[in-house]
Amino acid sequence: MSGVRVLVGTHKGAFILSADGKRKDWKVDGPFFAGWEVYHMKGSPADPNRIYVSQTSGWFGQLIQRSDDGGKSWHQPGLADEALPQPGPPKALPNRFVYDASAATGKPLTTHQWYDGTQHPWEFKRVWHVEPSLTDPDTVYAGVEDAALFRSTDGGENWQELSGLRGHGTGPEWQPGAGGMCLHTILLDPSNPQRIYIAISAAGAFRTDDGGANWKPINKGLVSNFMPNPTAEVGHCVHHVAMHRSRPRVLFMQKHWDVMRSDDAGDNWREVSGNLPTDFGFVIDVHAHEPETLYVVPIKSDGEHFPPGGKLRVYRSRTGGNEWEPLARGLPEKDCYVNVLRDAMAVDSLDQCGVYFGTTGGQVYASADAGDSWAPIVQNLPKVLSVEVQTLD
Amino acid sequence: MESTDKVTVRVGLPYHLRNLARVPGDAVVEVAPPVTLGSVLDALEARHPVLRGTIREYETGQRRAFLRYFACGEDWSLASPDRPLPEAVAAGSEPLLILGAIAGGD
Repeated sequence: MSGVRVLVGTHKGAFILSADGKRKDWKVDGPFFAGWEVYHMKGSPADPNRIYVSQTSGWFGQLIQRSDDGGKSWHQPGLADEALPQPGPPKALPNRFVYDASAATGKPLTTHQWYDGTQHPWEFKRVWHVEPSLTDPDTVYAGVEDAALFRSTDGGENWQELSGLRGHGTGPEWQPGAGGMCLHTILLDPSNPQRIYIAISAAGAFRTDDGGANWKPINKGLVSNFMPNPTAEVGHCVHHVAMHRSRPRVLFMQKHWDVMRSDDAGDNWREVSGNLPTDFGFVIDVHAHEPETLYVVPIKSDGEHFPPGGKLRVYRSRTGGNEWEPLARGLPEKDCYVNVLRDAMAVDSLDQCGVYFGTTGGQVYASADAGDSWAPIVQNLPKVLSVEVQTLD
Repeated sequence: MESTDKVTVRVGLPYHLRNLARVPGDAVVEVAPPVTLGSVLDALEARHPVLRGTIREYETGQRRAFLRYFACGEDWSLASPDRPLPEAVAAGSEPLLILGAIAGGD
């Protein structure tokens, strides 16, 4: 029987929530990596038993963990046999994320804008997002802070930067948002293996059409009034971008303010906030079978990161934006002051699409009917940083 | 003439690093003299590759900011990696302690 596995990254560890296709009775496993921040975990579409995890700590730095058995056991890639270290130089350095230097000078490739407007060198802090290849379980991308994109082609044992992104020329105009300067969104085009979209706070969205060698900003149509030039090519605080795999040229974006849509692979954007009560928010996602059905969770403002009026509501558009309906059945109707962070919503691909999101209050809500009704799976986890779903045969 | 026989050194790790290395108590490593801060950490990372990058930064080898080193009651955090550790550490009767900063937060 089909089922789902919900992968939840939290401020103090990871959890796996499992259910059959009815999605009513849930089994909760975890915490894994207890006490560590798990920014993100995601399964390989090519091998659902392969799960990659970003495990991080202010004290001990960045670790990459991997499971090859659906989350039953974990290891750092290439370092599985702890009892028998191999002599000689290590072949696997799964936690080493080192930025490329300029090939010409050997010096740092570029600098970025600091809070005071001066230029600042790139400094690696953590992995925000892991994105496994759609076709190869051993290929996986990592979006990191300070913003850059890395790729591993050996199952996470070693990582190389795709430095054409930082090196294409706009780097000195990128700047950290309140959460740091992070690359948080990676979208792989199912119809074109050479095309990847990424998004950075606060730089904007970018696209490569040659597998990561060359990149260009795709922010035309975005308006950010906090910037000296609100329509600048880069500098926008994009919170998340989503697409439907059947229409990879159509993108949906939750920006710092504004919900946006592009119908031409990001070359041009238009606002589709429509009748939302507020167009500030972090998450955005697309129904698994209806490419024009979107979900967002409106948040009151950039200064007050909680739902308007203390009422937690998902908003759904069945028209690709502009016309939105509140979805409240089963969600808190009062006194709710949580946030839903940018990577904390996902959909499954069962016939009746399931929608999931996690909150900074430690709740994970699920809807087995495309958002019409909701119920909590768990209510007292640590702050939820990310939610992903695997649909299992 | 200095002996080249390896000696056994104990290293006390923070809770999370003990879990990572799967050691129930002190980590135990074999170190060729001279027993210095650097040679002990090199041996520790060679014996437990999962600890690479968690104590010292990958590229620079610098101590991570929120960790401190102690030996025989003295703070060795700012010591040169080439400075020999106290005889009691080299003899295995005292551990080299690696401590995480008490850094509040949640």
